[in-house]
Formats: sequence, structure tokens, C-alpha cells
Amino acid sequence: MATQTAERSDFIRNLGRLYGLYTGGFLAFIVLLAIMEQVGVPNRVLGYLFVFFTLAVYAIIGVATRTSQVSEYYVAGRVVPAFYNGMATGADWMSAASFVGMAGSLFLLGYDGIAWVLGWTGGFVLVSILVGPYLRKFGAYTVPDFMAFRFGGNFARFLAVIVLVCCSFTYVTAQIYGTGLIASRFLGMQFEIAVFAGLVGILLCAMLGGMKAVTWTQIAQYIVLIVAYLTPIVILSTRKYGVPIPELTYGFAIEEITAREQQLVKDGLATLCTAANCGPTTLKPHVTPFINYSPLNYFGIIFCMMVGTASLPHILMRYFTTPSVREARVSVGWSLLFIFLLYFSAPAYAAFSKLEVYTNIIGSNVASLKPWLFTWGELGLIQICGKNALNLDAAIAACKAIAGHPGVVRFQDFVINTDVIVLSTPEIAGLPYVISGLVAAGGLAAALSTADGLLLAIANALSHDIYYKMLDPNAPTIRRLTVARVLLFFVAVIAAYLASTRPSDILAMVGWAFSLAMAGNFPALVMGIWWKRATTTGAVCGIIAGFGLCLFYLVTTRYFPGMGVKYFGMTSLLNPLTGAPIVDIAKAMALPNAMESWPTLAHPLANKVGWFGLNNINCGLLGMPIGFLVIYVVSLLGKPPPAEMQALVDEIRKPRGKTVLEEK
Amino acid sequence: MQKTSDEIHWKRTTNLMLAHLAVWFFFGYIIHMFVNVLNQFTVPILKFPLGFYMAAQGSLIVFVVMLFVFAWQQDRIDRQHGVAEDD
Repeated sequence: MATQTAERSDFIRNLGRLYGLYTGGFLAFIVLLAIMEQVGVPNRVLGYLFVFFTLAVYAIIGVATRTSQVSEYYVAGRVVPAFYNGMATGADWMSAASFVGMAGSLFLLGYDGIAWVLGWTGGFVLVSILVGPYLRKFGAYTVPDFMAFRFGGNFARFLAVIVLVCCSFTYVTAQIYGTGLIASRFLGMQFEIAVFAGLVGILLCAMLGGMKAVTWTQIAQYIVLIVAYLTPIVILSTRKYGVPIPELTYGFAIEEITAREQQLVKDGLATLCTAANCGPTTLKPHVTPFINYSPLNYFGIIFCMMVGTASLPHILMRYFTTPSVREARVSVGWSLLFIFLLYFSAPAYAAFSKLEVYTNIIGSNVASLKPWLFTWGELGLIQICGKNALNLDAAIAACKAIAGHPGVVRFQDFVINTDVIVLSTPEIAGLPYVISGLVAAGGLAAALSTADGLLLAIANALSHDIYYKMLDPNAPTIRRLTVARVLLFFVAVIAAYLASTRPSDILAMVGWAFSLAMAGNFPALVMGIWWKRATTTGAVCGIIAGFGLCLFYLVTTRYFPGMGVKYFGMTSLLNPLTGAPIVDIAKAMALPNAMESWPTLAHPLANKVGWFGLNNINCGLLGMPIGFLVIYVVSLLGKPPPAEMQALVDEIRKPRGKTVLEEK
Repeated sequence: MQKTSDEIHWKRTTNLMLAHLAVWFFFGYIIHMFVNVLNQFTVPILKFPLGFYMAAQGSLIVFVVMLFVFAWQQDRIDRQHGVAEDD
């Protein structure tokens, strides 16, 4: 035992050198590939090298740090220093939605898209102040562990597991979808096969070594993803404005965009969004607020993403791995700093690529479109004149078919899927292919690292909470870990299967996960720590009411919109600028398929109805207040919790001393 | 009635929590409600409309700084009441 401790601290002490070497090696690898490109190695080969080299490195780290010790499997032995835990949390946190989806949404939505940036950073304030350090002091392996202990046993544990599985599973499906998107574009694989190929990489890390392996892999993945994200815009910023800090220079790009927008409208190449007509084909100025989201939905998204952050089990459990409560708090700071590096660059990404599109594509001749565009068109992700841009001839033919088309690309002729913006920016700007490969590797790192964390959270809840705590409390260590690994495998395969059916876009799926976590977990966690009077009955009722309402709203608006309108008084969402309904309810309800359940996204009402004009991404906004209210009222109606429980809550509030729960 | 050290510790912790939540709420929501007013100003040199800048960068910087300040303040409170962990 003594030698093991010495070994471990040796490893911890050398972390700086190890990851320094690793970063240097990675940079050298990029330079090597850049040279290979110059001497004429084909693009496809470069893509493969990037993806397989990085995957191999993650797998090697995963295998090298595998473990069969329970506390290492669940909480990495609680030895991860604050700084490195911050980095791992950064990778855990930043998913395909952040890396691939966010800059694209900012491109499309302008100011209104910043709701996601604000929501996904400000939440860490709540993690640190209200929840994280207290859970670390409690000493659980999983979030349901805390619920079970504080709220009298297995029923609360079971509810917490349901919440955890619902939100993590929605979230992980989005990640695997992102992996498939990247692999199919850069490796030329079929989408469905690419999804399962990505799985192998995920499983190698998470299955063998649990939290310990995932931690050390996530740090490696963070380094790859941040280098990949910043490189293209640093180059663009230097080339255009001579300063290699894009976050400082994109103000100029925004100024140019605004000027260009006015020019496009003046030249008759775009129709400006006005109160009379603000449909999907109109141009919405980049800096004007509240034309894509109403103020209610804008602030709703910020609030739901922030509170959701403080309720997502795969994030909270990262703070179980620090050596002390003090380090857990500092670690939240480091986490946000590392996340901030990417998030305050995302609007720059959007601005630079928007400027390139507005100057080089819109207003140029259809016949002079660049070939990179058609590689995305083939995947159905870029449309010219209303048709998938398969090749130049198809694009020209599509535009000719429109009566009175001027032959140059107008604003409404060019439709790009938001998930493509980041991946295609190097091509839009004409950078060498090695940069595209780097961005693909970064996107893959982001998706894999988050998927690792999520799958681990799900598998831990099933093996630790359901199997060990509820079904077989005498199970020996080996069997517990085997069950965890087997479950991990099955959960991953089911998620990959779902992802291969392409359920929705990445950002919407992730948004749902946050709202579900917020409605189910936040009230019970906060009241459990900050209000000693909260009782078991109160918490159980609160979770059921809050989570139930959010889930109901989500499922009804997405899958049973006809019933929502007919039985639950739902009405159409409103256009934020004109205040007009976005669908004609009476007309849609008269259609023969109006009452269809499980409609596809093409259903006229899917995601377009609701109460108070509230987007279903914000269903947590309904669920969370109800959760708090129910816990408060029901708790006061019952007897206060026993004195021992109140004493234990006092223990959680003091960093000093042993953890409350001593796990074997 | 004399309050115990633990009670004062929790009172101070609660106050710190409320203070930080107020700052969080201001920079997370209140300031962005005035985006149209702020957009009439431009950040010098960088040329951003101020309202846009606060949402895209300003508030984020505040959040990061806040977290390190909070960790330091809470640790100081813990130490003064003898409930901090050993170094």
C-alpha cells in the first residue's frame, strides 16, 4: 500500500512534464502533416492520419491507466489536482454542441445565439456556490448516492437514477451523432458505420479504467480540442488584421458584416427582416437583439443552461475526484477558465466565417462557386437555390429553374446547416487542408470526451446505484466492476443505434438534456444542502412534479403536438419580431395527420406549439419552480427530519473532517 | 443567546452565497436587458457595440474572476472558524 501511494504521488508530481511533452508532440505532429501536405500526400490520407493517430493516443492512455480498484474506478481515487481536474472538466463539458454547433448557431442567430454562450458559462458560478463543494464533502460516488442518503433511501435513489439516465442519454446521443458527422465527412465512411467506429474509441477509454482513465484521457483531449479550435481563427485574424488574437479583432469583422448587410439589401440581393415580414429567408442583422428568440426565450435559454449546468450528473461527479473541498472550489474556477478560452472565441469564429460567406459566396456568380462547397452538398448540408448542392451543374440548373434569377447567389439562395460552419471554415477561407484535418480531430476529441463522461455517469448509476445498492448489496468488487463494464457497453450500443437514425439537430438535443436535469435535480440538490427542514416526502414529490411537468411539456410539444393543442390548450409559438403565430393552428389541425403521434420534424406542429410562447428547450423553466414549491410546501406539512439527519447536513457544510459517506 | 462559531460560519457562508448570486444575476441577466441602450455605445479601439460585447465577452470574464474570488473568500471564512481542511 505504501509503495502504491508513493508511486501515485510520483505520477501526480510529473503531470506537468507528461502533458507538456504530449502537447509538444502533438504540435510537432501537426507540423509534420503540414510538410506532408506540401510534398503532395493526398487529403484523404491526412484525414485518416489525424483521426487514427489521436484516437490511438486516447486509447493508449485509457489502457495504461486502467484500474480494478473501486474508488479509482468511480472517483479516480480522489487525487486529481484542481488545475488538471479543471482541464478534464473542460473536455467533459465541451461537447460536439460546443465545438461544432455553437459557432454555427452564432453564425445563424447573431446576437441571439449568445444566449448559449452565456448559459454555458454562468452555470459554473452556481456549481461552485450552491452544489459542487458540498457534494465533494459528502463523499458520494454518484449523484443518486447523495439523494438516497439525504432523502431516506432507495425510492429517492431510484428517481434520481431515472433523471440521470434520461438527461445523460439524450445528451450522449447528440455526441455520437456529432462523431458520425465528422467521421463521415473526413474519412468518407457511411454515416451509420462512422457512428459505430467512433464508439470503439469511446469504449476503450471508459470501459477499462472508469473515472481514472477517463480523467487522464480527457486532459489529453482538451489539449487537442483547444488547439484545433483556436488555430484557424488565429490564422484568419492575423491574415486580415495583423493581430493573432481573434477575440480582440472580430469587432472589426462585425463592423464589416454590418456594412455588407446594408450593401446586400441595397443591391437587391437580400430582403431585410422587418416587422411586416421576418420569415426564414429574410436577412437578420448580426448585432440586432431579439429577432430570432423573443426576450422570454432568450433569457429562458440562459437560465435553463445555467441551472442545468449545476444539475448535470456527469459534471457534478467530476468534482468528486479532487483531493479536498478547497480544491474542488478552485477547480471550478479552472474549469470555467479553460471553457472560457473556447467560448469567448466562438463568436469570433461566427463573425469571421460570416464575413467570408457574405463577401465570397453571396453576390458572386453561381458558375464560380468553389468545389469544397459540393463535398458538403453531397451530404445534404449545403443547399443552393433550394436544392442540395451536389455539383456545379446541379447548382446552376437549380438556380436557372427559379424564375427571374439574376445568376448571382442571393442571400436566400444559400442555405448552410449550422453544424457545418466550424468544420468548413478552413475551406471557406481557403486554408491548407491540414487545418481542416486538425479541426476534425478537435471536433472528434470534443464529442468523444463528453460521450466518455456521460456513458460513465450512466453506467455508474446503473451498476453502483441500481445493482450494488438496490439489488445485491453483498456483491464482491470484481462483480460490481464487471457489471459496470457490461452495462457501459450496452448503453453505448443503444445510444449509437439511436444516433444513427438522426433524431434532431445537436443543439436542440443538448438543450433538452439540460432542461430535464434542471427540473429533476436542481431543487432537490439545493434544498437538500441549504434547507435542513427539507423532508423525504417533500423531495420525492418535488422531483416527480418538476421532472414530470418538464418531460410532459417536451414530449407533448415534440411528439404529440396535435393532442397538446386539442386537450392541453397549447397555442402556436410566436415570431419574436412580428408577434404573429409561426404556424396556422386551425389549418394545421384540419390536416389529416394533425393528431398523429410521434410525428417527424416535418410535421407542421412539431416543436412549434406550447404554453406562453415557451420553446420546449426551456421546459425546465416550468418544471424547476414547481419542484421548489412542492418540496417547500410538502416538507412543511410533514414532520421535520430527525436530529441525526440535521446534524449530518451540518457536517456537509464544514469542509474539515472525514467525508460523511465512507464508501468501500 | 450566544451563537456558536459554527452558526456564525454558516451565516457568513450564506451571506457570501447571496452576494455572489446577486453579482451573477446582474451580469447574467439584468445588464443584457439593456442591450439596445448599451449598443448605442462602442467599445473604444475594438469597435464592438457595447451591448454585444458584454454578452459575448464582458460577462464571461466577470464569471471567471468571480469563481476564483469566491474560492478565496470562502476558504478565508472556513479558516477563521477553524473548519478548513489541513493544508
